[in-house]
Amino acid sequence: MPESKSLIQEFVRAHGRGRNNLLPLLQEIVRHENYLSEDALLEVADTLQIPASEVYGAATFYNYLDTEFRGKYVIRLCRNISCMMQSQSEILSAISLFLKIKVGETTSDKKFSLLQANCLGWCHKAPAMMINNEVFTELTPQKAVQIIKEYKEK
Amino acid sequence: MDALNQKRIDLIFSNYTTSRYQVLKRTLQRSPDDIINELMDAGLKGRGNVGFPTGIKWKFAKREEASEKYVICNANESETGTFKDREILERVPRKVLSGMAICGYCTGAKKGIIYLRSEYAYLKEQLQNELNIFHENIKEFNLDFSIEIFLGGGSYVSGEESALIESMEGKRAEPRNKPPFPVNSGLYGFPTVVNNVETFVTAQVIFAIGAEEFVKLGTDYSSGSKLFSISGDTAKPGIHELELGTTIEEVVNQFGDKNTKSVQVGGASGFCIPQRQFAETVIGYEGLTTGGSMIFFNNSRSMYKVLHEYLRFFAEESCGLCTPCRIGTQQLLLGIEAVKRGDKPAEYIEVLKKLALNMKTSAKCGLGQSVANPFISILENFKEEILY
Repeated sequence: MPESKSLIQEFVRAHGRGRNNLLPLLQEIVRHENYLSEDALLEVADTLQIPASEVYGAATFYNYLDTEFRGKYVIRLCRNISCMMQSQSEILSAISLFLKIKVGETTSDKKFSLLQANCLGWCHKAPAMMINNEVFTELTPQKAVQIIKEYKEK
Repeated sequence: MDALNQKRIDLIFSNYTTSRYQVLKRTLQRSPDDIINELMDAGLKGRGNVGFPTGIKWKFAKREEASEKYVICNANESETGTFKDREILERVPRKVLSGMAICGYCTGAKKGIIYLRSEYAYLKEQLQNELNIFHENIKEFNLDFSIEIFLGGGSYVSGEESALIESMEGKRAEPRNKPPFPVNSGLYGFPTVVNNVETFVTAQVIFAIGAEEFVKLGTDYSSGSKLFSISGDTAKPGIHELELGTTIEEVVNQFGDKNTKSVQVGGASGFCIPQRQFAETVIGYEGLTTGGSMIFFNNSRSMYKVLHEYLRFFAEESCGLCTPCRIGTQQLLLGIEAVKRGDKPAEYIEVLKKLALNMKTSAKCGLGQSVANPFISILENFKEEILY
């Protein structure tokens, strides 16, 4: 993928090829391409001179470094106790119904992916979700769908 | 209720705008030994979960002879039910940065890093703006110390200090064998102090008010106050600063919904305290050591669902490195499901209990070791709910 190639080259020009730059570089690719393709991972391994297996090992370890294709907007709905206690499941159903996708899937227009996440750190304002880096709290099914509608028009 | 109101404190979020880096400036006039001694006099213990004396940690790092040293602020706040570090970084970041700079001054570290969990990426920009102001100030104070932000990749176990360091080195966040401890050999093998966000703030508070005032709060073993993240079945969800040494009963009287049957203290890795133990359970290092997560459950809640969710969480977040944790978390989850379905007899719970206790002694890090905490405390107090 030539796009990620130039992204990677640009990154190492600015920050160097040290192993400590692996996570920041992978994050940079996710920011632009929404996920880490096999080609991108191989390119990173080649550029940073790290075995591809170790790049893959690190990438697959972290929840926010997706190695599966993701849409432009990744919805992460918190699923831990405090959110669960505030009817998280109803919100999940509403989003799922609205976007016509299940957890782990991406809409056919490649705009949205739906995931569940472990504690987002908003338990006092549960239930909470993130869309990319943006946080939304005290959700109701209607409110969640409304937010996603606004993203849809972006 | 009056008793608890007396125990409500406002140190961490107070006096923010009036004393911009003045406490830092003042403290840097003192000698490192003098500062570390004050921390020890104050009896400050780590506010993450473990409770290691902060002054001793700094002293160990100071003693090391090395060309480089690091100060890391652990902001990988991922314990379920806690959100106080996020609130601190959002509302009083200067206090955190001051605590880190004083630690750098005492230990001889010139570099500080904030390990910010990816869920808090939205904070990065405003934190960076504050860092720019901080760096200007620190130049005036003639201290060679800079701080940068490292964004985590999203993993619970990264909160374990050696796993956090591995992650910064561009690897899977798998905990290291200890010893050596990070104060001796941490980031890139250099002496490294890793403290929780709240620990740095509390250190700053101690330098602001003095150890003498600080020890007036709390108990002999647990001096001072601490932030608690309160959620679940409560009319007052949010962050509350309380004196250590408070009992669960006092907290429930204040925050419960009059129907509280149990409180989970310390999140997934913590303990379930049932109603009959509310009065005798003290929050502090002599009783329940906690990072501050408190989730209230009332009579309408199924403790089976609660335990099931914690086990699912652990099975997902286990790094997979050591067998007791990797296999243990999965088997405990499958086990309670099988008992609930009736595929396994009730006595099977005893086998699972043994497994959990085994993990406590044989798992490599705090994650695997602490699975027994919720498992046994929920099981012993709500056995019927788990079985039937």
